[in-house]
Amino acid sequence: MTPDPSVAADFDLEHCTVRELNGALHQALSGGFRVLNPGGAHALACGLDAPLEVHIDGHAGYYCAGMNKSANVTVTGNAGTGCAENIMSGEVRVQGDVSQSLAATGHGGLVVVEGSASARAGISMKGVDIVVGGDVGHMSAFMAQAGRLLVLGQAGPDLGDSIYEAQLYVRGKVASLGADCEEKPMEAEHTAIVAELLERARLDADAASFRRYGSARKLYHFSVDNMDAY
Amino acid sequence: MCGIVGLFLKNEDLQPELGRLTSLMVHEMVDRGPDSAGFAVYETPGEMTKISCLSLTEKTDWKALSDDLQKVIEAPVEVQVIEDHAILYTTGDGAVARNRIIEIAADVTVLSVGHAIELFKGIGDPDAIADRFGLSQRTGRHAIAHTRMATESAVVIAGSHPFSTGADTCLVHNGSLSNHNRLRENLRRQGESFQTENDSEVAAGYLAWRMRQGDTLEAAIEQALQDLDGFYTLAIGTRDGFAVVRDPIACKPAIIAETQDWVAMSSEYRAIARLPGVSHANIWEPEPATVYAWSHAA
Repeated sequence: MTPDPSVAADFDLEHCTVRELNGALHQALSGGFRVLNPGGAHALACGLDAPLEVHIDGHAGYYCAGMNKSANVTVTGNAGTGCAENIMSGEVRVQGDVSQSLAATGHGGLVVVEGSASARAGISMKGVDIVVGGDVGHMSAFMAQAGRLLVLGQAGPDLGDSIYEAQLYVRGKVASLGADCEEKPMEAEHTAIVAELLERARLDADAASFRRYGSARKLYHFSVDNMDAY
Repeated sequence: MCGIVGLFLKNEDLQPELGRLTSLMVHEMVDRGPDSAGFAVYETPGEMTKISCLSLTEKTDWKALSDDLQKVIEAPVEVQVIEDHAILYTTGDGAVARNRIIEIAADVTVLSVGHAIELFKGIGDPDAIADRFGLSQRTGRHAIAHTRMATESAVVIAGSHPFSTGADTCLVHNGSLSNHNRLRENLRRQGESFQTENDSEVAAGYLAWRMRQGDTLEAAIEQALQDLDGFYTLAIGTRDGFAVVRDPIACKPAIIAETQDWVAMSSEYRAIARLPGVSHANIWEPEPATVYAWSHAA
């Protein structure tokens, strides 16, 4: 990875602490930052609240770029559990793989994983857009409420279990659908959404090759037929 | 929460470094398990059987114990005392020796028996435990280690991992088992003996029982996936290598990295980050309910 030319400061975690790194990032209003020797440390670049460019050169631990707002954070390696959890806006990009609970409860912004994500990607997502270049693990988009999840590879068992209104697009095989998740027809408007997400994620695929999944709306809608149960 | 690590050396030239590299990995897992720790180091199997023992009173008369054993197993026994541990070396029958120690020495726990394994455990700071037992100076072919944050039973040395599952086999566990009481009762009826109330010891006893029934390690683990209820990532050390398995919903973390020189597994990447050549490693998260195994014998 070539260093970002706009880099204003390097933080080498061989020589400074995560607290010092995050403290400096919380003070900054703009600019580029590069994090060297992350070594799988937790909570890197968490809670950012300004239009910063942050490059993490290597592997990140848990909760990397959590609660991100406005900033663009790139990880050149892998990231651990809870990457970009509760993201509000901005963009988080991981060039390797991520562990569980990618972008959990994310409200907005874009999360791109060029490799694969493991279990529960997009759990309880609330408006974030997630694009995964490889596969996602089991129970992805569990209780997903809003936003879009686009998977270029395959999805593990129980995709979209107990889903509300998020939209799921998967190009490869889906091992199984979770409760109240069903396949829906791909119309022109959906192909356009997929094309837009691919472009924003800078990933290449045929937008027409995806299948769409979403809520059957039987689980969370009140049915008058069930009145006697209350 | 607990931390587990395993390191399997493919390159023989790294064998003098096994302990040092394992202690680096343990250090990174201290905050996942600060209350106790243990490790098993496997050297190239030799002629002698090694019996790793722990004195619960620190007043054990090892000389008297070895004199008694020599008579029972009709073979010489040498003792190397290391703090509250002792390694007994003998050409006699290790299983008979183990049973004799359990029979006559109430203050001694037999940690492991085998031709390759040596096992050490303690309570307190994992780095201090590694120092006390000279982990970083140890050599060998593979090792597994554990840092514990107790959830299912007390912080006592008996609850420290690894737990032996038979000759040259032991197990470390991150997670908790929900059905360990019932399983323990069933296994006791099958003749297994347990030394603690710890849930992970039940997993070890389960694997020992299956292998005594004739299962291979892989088959025993496959059956464990059916019968163990709970959260677990297990690393299982064997005479010739180690195996890794996660529960079917992958509740507990694990990561594996492999280079041409070594295979490492850990709860988190940061434990692997200090290993030589890690920047060229193939790194992946093991799939749920899938057995991964490496062996020097292959």
